Amino acid sequence: MTTRLADFRAGLVAVFPTVAAAVPFALILGQQATAKGLTPAEMLAMSSIVFAGSSQLIAVGLWSTPAPVAALALMAFLVNLRHALMGASLSGKIAHFGRLRWVAAFLLTDEAWALSERRALDRPISRTFYFTVALTLFVCWQIASVLGTVFGAYLEHPETYGLDFTFPAIFIALALGFWKSVRRTGPVLVASAVVAVAVHAVVPGAWYVIAGAIAGITAAVVTAPREAPAADQAAGDATP
Amino acid sequence: MTIDPVNFAAILAMGVLTYFTRILGFLIADRLPKSGPVRVALDALPPAVLVAVVAPIVMSGPIEAVAGLVVLVLALRLPLIATVVAGVAVAALLRLAFI
Repeated sequence: MTTRLADFRAGLVAVFPTVAAAVPFALILGQQATAKGLTPAEMLAMSSIVFAGSSQLIAVGLWSTPAPVAALALMAFLVNLRHALMGASLSGKIAHFGRLRWVAAFLLTDEAWALSERRALDRPISRTFYFTVALTLFVCWQIASVLGTVFGAYLEHPETYGLDFTFPAIFIALALGFWKSVRRTGPVLVASAVVAVAVHAVVPGAWYVIAGAIAGITAAVVTAPREAPAADQAAGDATP
Repeated sequence: MTIDPVNFAAILAMGVLTYFTRILGFLIADRLPKSGPVRVALDALPPAVLVAVVAPIVMSGPIEAVAGLVVLVLALRLPLIATVVAGVAVAALLRLAFI
């Protein structure tokens, strides 16, 4: 019981900065949606059914009447394809969730995933921790995006206050949590950053995340020390 | 407080495909090996994705680059929330000064 309470508190502490980052984002989303003629009820439907910030913001940008259903769906798929990478990494770490994994998947966001992976470096991810983080984000996202449809007009230039920088700041800090050594992690970060920036500059859409991630993991595999099963062939190598 | 049927269809289609991306990783991960190059790749995935998401944002302008660098240095010493507050403050101050 105490563990559960401790995990609940750890979840709340962990999620707090990401909520502070997500709320202004959701307010802007709501405001943009109103400008496109979407109703508060439609905003709530989108936020609760899709629940994926970047794709929702892009969708609102693409929205017209009648709604371009196929284009919106394809865009959401491409923008959110990065979840497949996150899910693949998280899967084994939440295997003990059982059937709740499919609920956990529905609530999977960049933030919940990043915080859980960070948690997994120190200790197993408990259901309490994951769902505290994920549900807090979910509830705040609903409230803030709907409030945005009502009050968003008053928050037209949030970038003046640097609020848009909250998201990258969190991700940079979290990325450093995965640092192992210059040799192990250095190539991953450099390859991922360089390829993501290059693809972002050249290819429209969200492909840069996929391209950067693939470059990063390729760098990891190429620079990884040889493993035990390959020891027969590597026996003559000087590398320890 | 109304929902247009076409709008709802679009929202539902987005939702279904987004949920598919969320379970796709679970579905393929169950078939992946526990060691070897694929394991190395999966272990490198979190930092690789984080950096891929952030790098274009940080490289989008000089103010973002400076604020990103500040966060990078501070994150080594300060807890997450303090780092984020400092990063946001630096971005806001630089914009106030130069834009």
